[in-house]
Amino acid sequence: MLDSEVPQEGNSTLDGHRKAVYARGADGKLHLVQSAGWEVEEIVTRQAVDDLRRLAEDARRRVIAGQTSPLEFHMHRVRMDVPLLAQASGIWQWRIRRHFRPDVFAHLSPAVLGRYAEAMGLGVEQLKKVE
Amino acid sequence: MSDFQHSQASHCESGVMSAMLRHHGLPLSEPMAFGLSSALSFAYLPIVKINGLPLVGYRMPPRFIIKGLQKPLGLTMRFETFRDPARGAARLNELLDAGRIVGLQTSVFWLPYLPQDLRFHFNAHNVLAYGRDAGSGDYLLSDPVAETAVRCAPADLQRARFAKGVLAPRGLLYYPLSQPQAPDWQKVLPAAIKKTTRIMLDAPLPIIGVRGIRRLAKAIEGLDAEREAARSKLFIGQVVRMQEEIGTGGGGFRFIYASFLQEAAALLGRPALDELSEKLVDIGDEWREFALATARQIRGRDPLAPARLADKLRLIADREQAFFGDLRRAA
Repeated sequence: MLDSEVPQEGNSTLDGHRKAVYARGADGKLHLVQSAGWEVEEIVTRQAVDDLRRLAEDARRRVIAGQTSPLEFHMHRVRMDVPLLAQASGIWQWRIRRHFRPDVFAHLSPAVLGRYAEAMGLGVEQLKKVE
Repeated sequence: MSDFQHSQASHCESGVMSAMLRHHGLPLSEPMAFGLSSALSFAYLPIVKINGLPLVGYRMPPRFIIKGLQKPLGLTMRFETFRDPARGAARLNELLDAGRIVGLQTSVFWLPYLPQDLRFHFNAHNVLAYGRDAGSGDYLLSDPVAETAVRCAPADLQRARFAKGVLAPRGLLYYPLSQPQAPDWQKVLPAAIKKTTRIMLDAPLPIIGVRGIRRLAKAIEGLDAEREAARSKLFIGQVVRMQEEIGTGGGGFRFIYASFLQEAAALLGRPALDELSEKLVDIGDEWREFALATARQIRGRDPLAPARLADKLRLIADREQAFFGDLRRAA
């Protein structure tokens, strides 16, 4: 890649940041060049972000329909999955899955709710709502 | 502390080590830090899953660069992890108060200064701490992938340092205990290059090096484009993310390694390495073409055709096999 070929087309997932890549200058030497973004990267990053958003949106609908608890929605919203939430909260995976049941979630103790909230960086009140 | 100079790099670990060594009186470029530690690689790890997709890596695992620079530079690095987060914070403050610059392992998800869309739960991101704001208590950080030096509130940095999950940092901090020495280039460069050719050509597992590329090609070929289009697209998208998005300097670290080979050619007075560097730039361009073809299929501009991508990967594997063979002879 020549330094004149380094993509500068912009990448909305970089949020205005520029990243550094190596490219060849006119003298044949490779050097660091700032890039405002390459559409290829934007496509694959957006794909990953959209997939996580889809999981959160899907959970939100099921919370409203009474099929799951806000815990599942928040887990997806902070881009976690059950194994990671288990490690971050110290709560076993099967217990987390059980806490996805709205009736079980409604009776969780403040201590357990506090552990989830802490692991996901939320307040306990926020954890009980889907917004 | 105040005389620390931030400079942007393409990759976090080589960038941190380059800046840290420069600060300690040994100017070493980012490509040299990367090449001298033999960090270039390829790995396709079907067992390690990230959000249900296999891990693909274009370099050796985290900490390989920090550890690998010790021997050639006669350097001793001190690594500290903490069971108790409060002690981890206290230790960092103590080192900064003593005027040290300190490398930290962090999770990108909890670093608020990074773009929101890039903040996934990836736990092996390296940054340098070089001081604290006396008023607010904010940490002064040099994140190699950022354009300028940044600030981070203590609570955020604490979360980032003690994030859980795969490759959990456990508060890891590191700093040199000794002064780095300019090495005997005639000795260390050929050794580092040979090590990379061994990793790429002779790894005992079929998922590492050139064989790993072929194994990945086979896995992509086996994707069901008709019935499982969405999953197939996530699979190939993940490969490109690891290659381009995750601070690789472009072309899955092939360009940064080509830059290292140019430096090595000059230091050793071996023009053959310059020619090999050009070949590797061409291979990096092939990787970029693979990324472009993949993105077009994900977007639906071209029909989803995993077999076509697999063919491209096999072509790259053949070229890398020839390249690393030539490199071995030249070293």
